Amino acid sequence: MGSRTKMILGRVAQAIPVIIGVVVISFLLTRALPGDPAAYFAGPAADEESIAQIRESLGLNKPLIQQFFYYAGDLVQGDLGTSLTTGQTVMSDLAARLPASLELTLVALILSCATAIPLGVLAATRQGSWIDHLCRILVTAGVSMPTFFTGIVLIYLFYYLAGLAPSPLGRLDFIYLSPPHVTGFYLIDAAIAGDGETWFGALKQLILPATTLALFTLAPIARMTRAAMLTALSSNFIRTARAAGLSRGKVLYGYAFRNALLPVVTTLGMVFSFTLGANVLVEKVFAWPGIGSYAVEALVVSDYAAVQGFVLAMALLFVALNLIIDISYALIDPRIGLQ
Amino acid sequence: MLFVNDLSVAFKTRKGEVNAVRGISLRVDKGETLGIVGESGSGKSVTSYALMRILDAGGEIRTGEMTYSGIDLRAAAESEMRDVRGREISMIFQNPRAALNPIRKVGHQIEDVLVRHAQATRQDAREKAIAALEAVKIHDAAGRYDAYPFELSGGMCQRIVIAIALACEPQLLIADEPTTGLDITTQKAVLDLVGDLVKERGMSMILITHDLGLASQYCDRIVVMKDGLIVEEGSAERLFTAPEHSYTKKLVDATPRIGTSIRKLLPPENRAEEPELEVHDETLLDVCNLVKTYAGKSGPVHAVKGISFDIKRGQSLGLVGESGSGKSTTSEMIVRLQDPTSGNIVFEGEDIAATSSAGFMRHPNRRDIQMVFQDATDSLNPRDTAYSAIAEPLVRIGKMRGSDLTARVSELARLVGLPQSLLSRFPHQLSGGQKARVGIARAVALEPKLLILDEPTAALDVSIQAIVLNLLVDLRAQMGMSYLFVSHDLNVVRLLCDEVLVMKQGEIVDRGPTTKVMNSPSHPYTRALIEAAPQPPEIERLGL
Amino acid sequence: MMAEVTVNQQRANARQSDTTFGHFIYVLRDNPVTMLAFAMLAFFFGCAFFGPALVPYDPLATNAAHALEPPSWAHWFGTDNLGRDVFSRVIVATRLDLTISVAAVALSFVIGSILGSIAGYWGGWLDAVLNRFLDTIMAFPLFVLAMGVVAALGNTVENIIYATAIINIPFYARLVRAEVNIRRNAGFAQAAKLAGASDLRVLAQHIFPNALPPMMVQVSLNLGWAILNAAGLSFIGLGVRPPTPEWGIMVAEGANFIVSGEWWLAVFPGLWLMLAVFTFNLLGDGLRDIVDPRKRT
Repeated sequence: MGSRTKMILGRVAQAIPVIIGVVVISFLLTRALPGDPAAYFAGPAADEESIAQIRESLGLNKPLIQQFFYYAGDLVQGDLGTSLTTGQTVMSDLAARLPASLELTLVALILSCATAIPLGVLAATRQGSWIDHLCRILVTAGVSMPTFFTGIVLIYLFYYLAGLAPSPLGRLDFIYLSPPHVTGFYLIDAAIAGDGETWFGALKQLILPATTLALFTLAPIARMTRAAMLTALSSNFIRTARAAGLSRGKVLYGYAFRNALLPVVTTLGMVFSFTLGANVLVEKVFAWPGIGSYAVEALVVSDYAAVQGFVLAMALLFVALNLIIDISYALIDPRIGLQ
Repeated sequence: MLFVNDLSVAFKTRKGEVNAVRGISLRVDKGETLGIVGESGSGKSVTSYALMRILDAGGEIRTGEMTYSGIDLRAAAESEMRDVRGREISMIFQNPRAALNPIRKVGHQIEDVLVRHAQATRQDAREKAIAALEAVKIHDAAGRYDAYPFELSGGMCQRIVIAIALACEPQLLIADEPTTGLDITTQKAVLDLVGDLVKERGMSMILITHDLGLASQYCDRIVVMKDGLIVEEGSAERLFTAPEHSYTKKLVDATPRIGTSIRKLLPPENRAEEPELEVHDETLLDVCNLVKTYAGKSGPVHAVKGISFDIKRGQSLGLVGESGSGKSTTSEMIVRLQDPTSGNIVFEGEDIAATSSAGFMRHPNRRDIQMVFQDATDSLNPRDTAYSAIAEPLVRIGKMRGSDLTARVSELARLVGLPQSLLSRFPHQLSGGQKARVGIARAVALEPKLLILDEPTAALDVSIQAIVLNLLVDLRAQMGMSYLFVSHDLNVVRLLCDEVLVMKQGEIVDRGPTTKVMNSPSHPYTRALIEAAPQPPEIERLGL
Repeated sequence: MMAEVTVNQQRANARQSDTTFGHFIYVLRDNPVTMLAFAMLAFFFGCAFFGPALVPYDPLATNAAHALEPPSWAHWFGTDNLGRDVFSRVIVATRLDLTISVAAVALSFVIGSILGSIAGYWGGWLDAVLNRFLDTIMAFPLFVLAMGVVAALGNTVENIIYATAIINIPFYARLVRAEVNIRRNAGFAQAAKLAGASDLRVLAQHIFPNALPPMMVQVSLNLGWAILNAAGLSFIGLGVRPPTPEWGIMVAEGANFIVSGEWWLAVFPGLWLMLAVFTFNLLGDGLRDIVDPRKRT
C-alpha cells in the first residue's frame, strides 16, 4: 500500500504545474488584451479618473512579469477583484452561487451515469439487437442536441403544453423559502431540515435542467461503455473464463465489466469538461442562479473581474475533478503505480 | 473418451461464409495425448473451440456429432456445457498473459473456478488455490497468490493458466498452441510440466500446434489438418518415417531438424543443386567492445555488455539467443538504426559507429548494410505498393529514374521469385510469403555486402519458411553477401550459418563453427538451448 | 511522392482508389444510414452555397404587420417578433455557421498535426513541453475556455473561430502524437531509413499518411462539435451579433417567446442546428466504419 500512497501523492503533485498553467493562462487572457485592460476592468461607464485608479490598483503600469506576481499574490489571498454589477467581491459572489451549479451538475451526472452505463452494457451484450440500434440512435442524437435547445423544447413540452413542470425560473418557486444554509445544496439542506415540501419543490425545479444536462452527457458515456464492453468481451481472458465454465454473470460482470470500467472512468474526465461547459447554457435557459448564469450576465456588461474569476473557478474545479478521476482509476487498476 | 464425427464449422463474415472445418472425425482415448498439427488457417484451433462450444460470434457448428463420456456436446444445453467446461474438459491458450484477467489477483482467478464447480467453499478456497499453484510447481505459492498477471513472466502466467485449467481435475485438457511466443527453454519447461501432470492424473490431452517436431515429442498420435480437413493420422514415428499424404510429406520435409539440409526442406521435385558458397578470409565487419545501455525506470538497463566479433566476406554468422539476450539491439546497432553507448563497428576498415544513426542515411556505406525485418507485414507501408517498396532504396540511394528503375525492380522481383503481376499490389493483398519476398527484394536491391536477417521467418508457416530459407541461400551465393542471421531457432541456424554466436543477457557465452557448437557445446546455456529444441523421432534413430 | 510516376505506379494508384472506392461503396450499401449522412451533407453544403440566392424573403427585412405569425404556406417556419421570415433566416445562416466550423476545424487540424507529429516522432523534451501545454488547455472546461478567449480577444466572428480552433487543437495533437508514436519504430519506417530516407521524409511520406484515416473521423465529429460550440457562444451573446442570422442567436431570441407559446421562433433554427450536427456525427460514425469496422460504437 506504501507505493499506492506514494503514487496518489505523485498524482496530486502533478496537478500543481497544471494549476500554475491555468493561472498563467487566465492572467494572459485578461492582461494581454489588445486594448487597455484598465478600461475593460473599469467598465463601460467609467471616467478617466476611475480608469487611472484601476490601473494603479491592478499595477498595470508595471512590467508584465511583475503584474503576474501581483495577480498571483492576490489570488493566494482569495482576492479576485470586485464585480461591477453586484458590487460584491467576486470571491463571495462565486462562493454564494457555486452550490447551485454543483447541485445541478452532480444530479445530472448521477442521472446520466445511471442510465448510460446499463444502456451501454446492454447494447454490447446484445450486439445487433434492437436495444443496440436504439443505443446507437440515442447516442448520435444525444451528442447532436444543443443543450440550450433541448432545454427550451423541454420547457415548451412540460411547462407550456403539459403544465407538469414549474416555471423555469431558478432553484425554488417563490412560494417556498430556501432551506437553512448548511451545504448550499437545497436537496440536502431541505432533507437536513426535515422539510419535505421544500425538498420536493426543489426537486421539481431541478428535474428539467438536470435532465437537459443528463441527455447531453448520456451519449459519450453510453458510447464508451458499449465500446469498452465489446473490447473486454472479445479479450482472451474472457475466453479463458468461459473455457473454465464460469457462469454468464461472473464472466459479464466479474470479468468483462470491471475491465470495461477503466476506459469509462477515463472518459468521465472529458464528460465533466462538456458538462461544466454545457452547464453555462443550461443555467441561462432555466435562470438557474449558479456561477454560469453569473458569468453570462457579467459578459453582457463586460464585467471582466467577474468573468475572469468564473473562468478560473471553473478550471480549478475541473482540475480537482480530474484529480479525483485519476485517483479512483488508480484504485481500480492495480497496474498503475506498481510497475 | 471423446468422439468427433463429421464435424464442420462455418463462420459468417463480410465476404460471405467461410467453412473453417469441413467434416472431420477424430477420437481421443483415455490417457492418450493426441496432437493436432496444421499451418495457419487449417482450422485446428476452431475445432477445439467447437468442442468447448466457445466459438466466436458468427461461428456455427453445421454438422457432426461430438460425444464426451456419453455426453452429447453438440446437443447439451448451455448450462450443461458450463458444468463440462473446467470440470470435465479444460483448455489452455497461447499468449498466456492475455489469457488472464489483468486486474484480478491470480489466486482469486483460480478460486473463481474452484467455487464455480463446487470444489471449494469460501472458507477453504484460498488454501485450495494455493495447492493448485503448488501443483504447477510455482515456488512461494502463497506469495504468488496475491500477484497480478502483469507482475509475472510469460512462463509463469502460463503456469497460472494451467493451474486454472487443472484446478477441478478435469479428464481432458486441450492445449491450444500453449507455448507460442515463449522462449524455447520456457517452452520445454511448460510442456514437460503439462506432460507430467497429465500422466500423473491419468488424463487425456489434445495438443494443438503448428510445430510437427514439437507434437511428435509429446503426442502418442497425431492428426494433420489442412484447410479444415484431416489429411493424415498416425503415430509420430510413422508420420515422420513413412508419411502417406503429399501434404504430410511436405510438412515433414519442411520441418528443420538435425540430419536434414537446406535443400531437403523443399519437396523432392523442387530440390535444385546446393549452391557453392565461398567464404573469403577477409574481415568485412569487425565489432569491438560494443555496449548499449538504456536509461530504464529503475536504473540503467545493460542491453549489450561489451561484445566483440567479426564477420568475414561471404560468411553467414548466426546470432542465437532468447528474448532479452540483446541480439536484436546488437543487430539494430550494426545496421545503424541505433547508436551504441560505446564501442566500434568497423566496416571495411572504417568505424561506422562514428557516424550517428540519424546521419547515416547519407553515409556511402548505407547501401552496403541492409536488413530484412522480422515481421514482413509490419515492414511494408500499408499505403505503398510492392513496387514502391522495392523501388524506394533504388530511388533514394541508387538515384535511379525512369525505365532503369522499372527494369531493375522487375529484375529484383524475378530474383526473389515474385510474379511481376503482384508488383502493383498493396501489402494487404499479398500473402505472408509474398510479403517476405518483397522485404527481401528491397533489402538486396542495392546489392549490399552485409545483410542482417532479424528472424526473417519467425512469422511464417514452415512450408513457406522452407522456401524463403532456400531463397536466402541462393541469393547469398549469387551476390556474395555476408549474413548476420538473428534467430532463436537453433534448427534453422544449423542449416544456414557457418559460424554461430550464442548470446545471453547481453553477453556472448558461446561461439564457434556451427557444427562444433551444436555437437559439443562448451557452455551449459548452449546445451540447455539445444536440449530444449524439439527433435523429431527420426533423428534419434539416426543416432547422434 | 516519388518524382517519377511509372506506368506501374499509376496502375497501382488507380487500383488503390478502386479498392478503397469499392470498399466505400460496399460500406454505404451495407449501411444506408451513412449514405443518408452523405446526402444530408450535400444538402447542407448546397444551402451554404446557394441558400442566400434562393430564399423567398430578405432575412433582414422586418415587417411589423406580419410579426409572430405561426408557420403557413407563405412563411413555412413562421415569422419572428419583427416580422422577419424564419425560414429565410435559417437557410441563410447555414453559410455562416458552416464557415465558422470548417475554418476552426481546418486551423486546429493543421496546427494539431504539426505539433503532434513533432512530439510523437522526436519525443524527448519537445514532447514533454507539448504535453504540458496541452494539459493546461485541457485543464479548462473547453466551452468555458472558449468563452474566456472570446471575451478577452473581443466579440467578433474571427475570434469565435480562433477560440473554437484553440479548444480543438489538443484533440488533434494527441491523436496524431499517438498515431505517429506507435509507427515511429514500425518496420516500414525503419526500412525507409535503411533505404536512405531522412527523418522528415519518413515522417511525412510513411508515417503521417497512415495516421490520416482516424484523423478524418475526428474531423467529421469535430465539425459537428464546432457548430455546437459556435452556436452556444452566440446563444450567450458572444461573437455573432443580431440582426445577423445565426442559429444560436435565433434560438436565444426565440427562447423569450417559448413560455408564451410561440414555439416556431426557437424550434426551427434549433432543429436545423441539430440536424447539421447530427449529419456530421453520423458521417463520423460512418467514416469510422470505413476506416475500422471493428471500432463501430
